[in-house]
Amino acid sequence: MDLITVNVIDFDGSLKPLEVPTGINLSLMEAMKASGYEIEASCGGMALCATCHVDVIVGHDQLSAPNDAELEMLDMLPVLKPNSRLSCQIRINDEVDGITVQILG
Amino acid sequence: MIETDICIVGAGPVGLFAVFEAGLLKLRCHIVDVLPQIGGQLAEIYPKKPIYDIPGYPSVLAHELIDNLEKQIEPFKPGYTLGERIESFTKLDDGSFIVMTSDQTEIHAKTIAIAAGLGCFEPRKPELENLATYENKGVHYFIKDPNLYTGKKVLIAGGGDSALDWAIHLCSLGSEVILVHRGSSFRGAPDSAHKVQVLHDQKKLTLLLNSQVSALSGEGHIQSITVDDASGIKTEYAADYFIPLFGLSPKLGPIENWKLSLEKNAITVNTHDFATDIPGVFAIGDINTYPGKLKLILCGFHEAALMAHGAYKYIYPDKRVNLKYTTVNGIESF
Repeated sequence: MDLITVNVIDFDGSLKPLEVPTGINLSLMEAMKASGYEIEASCGGMALCATCHVDVIVGHDQLSAPNDAELEMLDMLPVLKPNSRLSCQIRINDEVDGITVQILG
Repeated sequence: MIETDICIVGAGPVGLFAVFEAGLLKLRCHIVDVLPQIGGQLAEIYPKKPIYDIPGYPSVLAHELIDNLEKQIEPFKPGYTLGERIESFTKLDDGSFIVMTSDQTEIHAKTIAIAAGLGCFEPRKPELENLATYENKGVHYFIKDPNLYTGKKVLIAGGGDSALDWAIHLCSLGSEVILVHRGSSFRGAPDSAHKVQVLHDQKKLTLLLNSQVSALSGEGHIQSITVDDASGIKTEYAADYFIPLFGLSPKLGPIENWKLSLEKNAITVNTHDFATDIPGVFAIGDINTYPGKLKLILCGFHEAALMAHGAYKYIYPDKRVNLKYTTVNGIESF
């Protein structure tokens, strides 16, 4: 099992690297939540609530494109950043290594 | 004033099932929920999603589970106050409570069971400087009475199903509708999106894609709204109403001010009967926390059963409870 690193900017603006193992079928939302970040993620990862909204500040283009459900949900939001994603829809795998995300919630 | 044994805060699956467990102890319940319909998250966020971890159901759709719970508790005739939020409660000398809602409905309850899940669903609001000053002065986050908008100029913002559906509906009721969407297309509900496009082509509705509302103005009431297109060009539209429809997001809401002990936005309870640190007030389901807590519907059901017994002991401290089985007694005898 490999470890990848995601740089996470918390609500307070602080940036910390987060090491996550690949191959255990985690989403970025689950990985951040498990590490104590206070993300609501109220729908539990179904791309239905957008409370795990992040802006991918570095490495947006290296991620797989969002699916329809995610795009539909992002469409609903009043405030969108250029690289907005739902962290519950980002699977932890090698392509996620090295990205920087800012939690918007 | 409404009189009840248990005032249940929240009409999600756990709040609903609490009526059943309380009913077996002959305790009557009144349920209050901020949403206009019962079901909580299951109705609001994921009605059509299957749930696989309800014992006895290999798979059940969220809205079916709610329909079934409603049917299951019907014999116990719960009262409902929907579309109102509980703002506060006060404890009386006899240990009972007066609960007050946002619409000044008063409920006299012997106990309170908070089954509020994630809290209250509140509308997501766009970031506009003077939005708050126009709330209820032309800015509406919900459409309660569609006829209010007949013959008026209404600007709806949003890209989801409800924005599309209301744009079509208000248009049919004779409103002058402008629909503003940040994206270049509507990804959900292709039928409604097509209808909106047809209405736009027939000049019965104005559709502004790749656009965003940037300013509101008017003397004491919305009179005009500025919309920016993708290249930043600003256009001002006369409007009587601004209806931003960006869905709902859960907030803890007034619960924060109820002087209950909280841990990460959840109410701390004991695991004996899920009592909070205010005697007579219980918390069950996703809103509570305790060592080992799992946010699962089935755990909430268990908590509801124990809570009902706790509430019974609070109301009748001198009476003994005999656990009765529905299989033996049916439910008519309760």
